[in-house]
Amino acid sequence: MLDYVTSYLRSNTTPGQAGNLLWAFIYIILIFLGLSVAVIAMNWLERKILAHMQVRLGPMRVGPHGLLQPIADAIKLLIKEDIMPAEADKSVFWIAPVLIVITAFTTFIVVPFGPTHAVTDMNIGVLFMLGVSSLSVLGVVMAGWASNSHYPLIGALRSSAQMVSYEIAMGLAVVAAVLMTSLHGIGLYGVAHGAVGDGTLSMIDIVKAQQDQHAWFIFKFFPLGLIAFFIFAVAMIAETNRAPFDLPEAESELTAGFHTEYSGFRWSLFFLAEYSAMIAVSAIAVTLWLGGWLRPFPTWLTGETWDLVFSLFPAATFLLLALIAIVGTLRMPKHPYFRVQTLGLAGFAAVLALIGILLLLPPVRDRIQDIYWFSLKVAGFMYLYIWYRGTFPRYRFDQLMRVG
Amino acid sequence: MTPVATPFFFYLLSGLALLGGVLVITRKNAVHSALALILTLLALAGLYLMLYAPFVAGVQIILYAGGIMVLFLFVIMLVSIEKSQREEQFNKQWIGGVVGAVGLGALFVRVFVRSKALHDLAGMPLAQLPEQSNTQEIAVYLYGNYMLAFEIASLLLLVAIIGAVVMAKKRI
Repeated sequence: MLDYVTSYLRSNTTPGQAGNLLWAFIYIILIFLGLSVAVIAMNWLERKILAHMQVRLGPMRVGPHGLLQPIADAIKLLIKEDIMPAEADKSVFWIAPVLIVITAFTTFIVVPFGPTHAVTDMNIGVLFMLGVSSLSVLGVVMAGWASNSHYPLIGALRSSAQMVSYEIAMGLAVVAAVLMTSLHGIGLYGVAHGAVGDGTLSMIDIVKAQQDQHAWFIFKFFPLGLIAFFIFAVAMIAETNRAPFDLPEAESELTAGFHTEYSGFRWSLFFLAEYSAMIAVSAIAVTLWLGGWLRPFPTWLTGETWDLVFSLFPAATFLLLALIAIVGTLRMPKHPYFRVQTLGLAGFAAVLALIGILLLLPPVRDRIQDIYWFSLKVAGFMYLYIWYRGTFPRYRFDQLMRVG
Repeated sequence: MTPVATPFFFYLLSGLALLGGVLVITRKNAVHSALALILTLLALAGLYLMLYAPFVAGVQIILYAGGIMVLFLFVIMLVSIEKSQREEQFNKQWIGGVVGAVGLGALFVRVFVRSKALHDLAGMPLAQLPEQSNTQEIAVYLYGNYMLAFEIASLLLLVAIIGAVVMAKKRI
């Protein structure tokens, strides 16, 4: 039994390839937890960043700087009355949010957080991710139809038209990156002559191809890689129904789009699915164009010193966050009314610092590095999502379809 | 790597496919029928995976379940349900249908038994399929061995697409 548990740790593959069910299960649980935390964090960050962009404070009341706001929201949603419209189609109404959440989370089994940090590595990885995420359109359509109401139906129609048409642009952009994997040349314009290259669709092999070619695909054949990346970046926002392409949920026209009739826990499932779908498409973009788990300049800045410097980044990030929290603690009002909040923030700072120190340990440091760089790149994309929402005005629907 | 092609999964997926197929023709609500059809298509994708054809399975999910069925639902959603609910579901030609179905089933059984007699499956070693390079193999076959057929099929689809655009657009 113990041998079964430890045998995987020595192997150099993903649990799916090693055929180790236990570790695959552990990875799935970890990814599930990580995603849920990320969605909660996104909820808070989005409100805070949007507020600061509009020179507001954002949530400030629940916990210091509103840190506990997402938890309060989650509890509110869970204990809210779950309303099902009398005219709704019961079974379809029930299945739709479940289907959307399943598709949003299933894509993550092929996301490579590192050379061995993925649940499994399929040889149709990209195809699988695109296919499963395209199933979420079905959930949207089902939700809109089952509500048996006008606004959701129009929202679902808009959403499905938009998602289906942008999927083509997305697929063509992906083909560009997949073709690049077959080149085997080194450098930005490198093409191996003579040897017939085999391309790959596997997520891990795509990143390895970028490693071998010494170039992220976004810079390959500059500016062609950049163009493909730009097309993908636009299509992925339209795919996830986010601003400025959030026509399906345009508040001023359709109240809340396809999930207008949903409330309580079911609504929170839609929320969860939307944010994890955002993370999923960002993960595809990072894998295909931004070198996945590779750290910056893996071939130029080589050697012991640079390895050490880059491996200190995760710990440094957490220590920086801890420092910010400590400064926040010191700047809290000194009134006794704020004592609990001050203590809470100090505790939060202590936890962050503890994680930072834990990441300094050499064995942890080496294992966590690739996950860190992957997550950092995905986090960059998430910030872009918020930034777009804060700055771009919403398109009109016919304009949107013409762009597609 | 442990094989996933166990009888349990085969019966599970086939059962799901059959269940979906039966639901498609028995549901009164057209949207429910479409959803049952999606269940069947997904179960078929699972069967392709069991046959070590991951590329076909992926394409099945993207094209049929993700693309075509969405367009199906798109159209069906806009049809008034109340009218179709009141209409009679089966017409009086079910005897002919049953005869046809039984005949087709008998043909399938006959082909199965006959081919089993012709090729002794038990004695043959199972073909080792190249799972890792499945996508490449398909590409080689499509653009190499069966190039002409592939191009003819794509031309046919192109004609169909142009026809659809011409019919849908009043002014090009």
